[in-house]
Amino acid sequence: MKHLRAINKKARRIDDAVPQMEAANEAAAASGATPSDMEEDVVALQQAPRPHVPMGCTLSFSPGWEVDAGGGTAGLCQPVERDIYDCYVTCFWPVQVPDHVNYSPDWASNCATATKDWRNLDLVFP
Amino acid sequence: MTVMQAPAYRRAEYHGFAAGGSDFVYLVSAGAIFEIDAQVQAVLDRLDGQELGHAALVRELAGEGGDLAEAEALVRELRAVQLIHLGAAPLSVPEAPPADFPLQALVLNVTNQCNLACTYCYEFGADKIATPAGKPKYMTLETARASVDLLIAEAALRPSVHITFFGGETLMNFKLLRDVVDYANGATAAAGKGITYSLTTNATLLTPEIVTFLSDNRVGVTVSMDGPPELQDKHRVYKNGKGSYAVIEPRLRTLIAHHRTRAVTARVTLTEGVTDVVRIYRHLKEDLGFHEIGFAPVTTGETRAYSIDADGMDYVLAQFNLLAREWLEYALRGEMHGFTNVSETISELISGVNKSHPCGAGMGLMGVSPSGDLSPCHRFTDADTHVMGHVSSGIDRAKQGDFLSRGHVGAKYDCQSCWARPLCAGGCHHEAFVRYGDTGHANLHYCDWIRQWTDTCLHIYGELAVKNPGFLEHFAERKGLS
Repeated sequence: MKHLRAINKKARRIDDAVPQMEAANEAAAASGATPSDMEEDVVALQQAPRPHVPMGCTLSFSPGWEVDAGGGTAGLCQPVERDIYDCYVTCFWPVQVPDHVNYSPDWASNCATATKDWRNLDLVFP
Repeated sequence: MTVMQAPAYRRAEYHGFAAGGSDFVYLVSAGAIFEIDAQVQAVLDRLDGQELGHAALVRELAGEGGDLAEAEALVRELRAVQLIHLGAAPLSVPEAPPADFPLQALVLNVTNQCNLACTYCYEFGADKIATPAGKPKYMTLETARASVDLLIAEAALRPSVHITFFGGETLMNFKLLRDVVDYANGATAAAGKGITYSLTTNATLLTPEIVTFLSDNRVGVTVSMDGPPELQDKHRVYKNGKGSYAVIEPRLRTLIAHHRTRAVTARVTLTEGVTDVVRIYRHLKEDLGFHEIGFAPVTTGETRAYSIDADGMDYVLAQFNLLAREWLEYALRGEMHGFTNVSETISELISGVNKSHPCGAGMGLMGVSPSGDLSPCHRFTDADTHVMGHVSSGIDRAKQGDFLSRGHVGAKYDCQSCWARPLCAGGCHHEAFVRYGDTGHANLHYCDWIRQWTDTCLHIYGELAVKNPGFLEHFAERKGLS
């Protein structure tokens, strides 16, 4: 260590352990198992301090959970209705939106994978 | 709106101090001590009261046109030793020792009788917890042998064990003491173990023959006494009120002159009006010739006439600091000083202890009453509330487990934000019981005092680490020998 000098036994044990820990961490990072948290490559849109997010962006495909950088939905680049797909397919809440039983049975037929095909979902005007 | 906190660097729990022209940190999660350079101090200052993300911290440290790689390496180093951490602090509660932790020492209360009637005595005084009525007053050889056998069996693979003889006044049962040494020497040799002995006495019954026996058998002697005549005779009196100084003085001189094999130490109990630590030290060290002297305030409830109030404890601390300064001056010259309150703390600092429990009571050490009842230590002897098995039937593991889980530092709420907890761990179990009725209660009345004293000893440690590091090695094995 360059900036710290161990002056008791416990400190010397830490001193000895540091190179081993670093070697293990580097090996784990190299294998991709545990990416280093120093790179800050994962950020949350609503974290503090707030990361820079272009107005309108969201990376989330689960409805109700995505908000724009202002904390609302008005600034999202797609209308929230686009994301009704996730309600329709996977939501735990027992309601059909859009109502694929009565009005829109084929609403999601052109959307096999939401992350790829979401543009094929259209608004529903009952 | 739910806001998530971005991971940012915070300072770990540490106590910073400067000594001998250098800066140091005492790292609380480990008990480690590091000397730090100006750049480390700069990081700690930067994180004082604010948190910074990795990129921001590195950028600030590097400054305008600075070396980013150097700053990055500095941050990595501080992270590796956990002086700073990203996000919430990791939990750092010391692990409890295993349930079958091997026994190392027994304190044999060879008698609960005493020829003195010291007014503050925890065994007989106003705050006593012992319930000796109807129990044997003197330990029998049979009980003592069973104690030795238990110690050897429960010591498992330990290479050596220790017996402390205690009372009452220990020498009122000297005959048993002699027989126990004889028996234990044989029994430990047969078991392939070593054994050491120590003895605590009020010195009133010492004779030249006894001194010769103690010296021949390398029995370490601790004398309970309070100082020069007017201080000694204030509380350490016979039942008729007569002081004991005149009786013990010639006996002490014989003891110190003829006990050649182990250090002879004095243990001073500080009470209201008996707080002149420096004066007491001078008398015991220079006039009488004790090798080492240790001091501790009396254990009492809050309201006893002899208990020391807050102002009194401030005075004691000032006196301790004077002697500690002298200890350091000796140490810088490579000389030993007899003030053991410093020596003991230094020996714990050098190894970097991080205690799960304040002491070994109920773990590696247990007390045995004259009847053979086991207790966490000698201070709980004969107390029905704290029986922890019997030498004939063994350790009561359920009661031991209960005692140790109460006493674990992690169970003491007040200790969790204190930087001195690796050494203190909440303080004496017995003191806690007398004061708060619970052995697992932190000794809150001493918190400020302990922190200040630990800080004093850290300064001494730091200065020696810079100016005379070799001297510290003298204390590396101290605990193992006492």
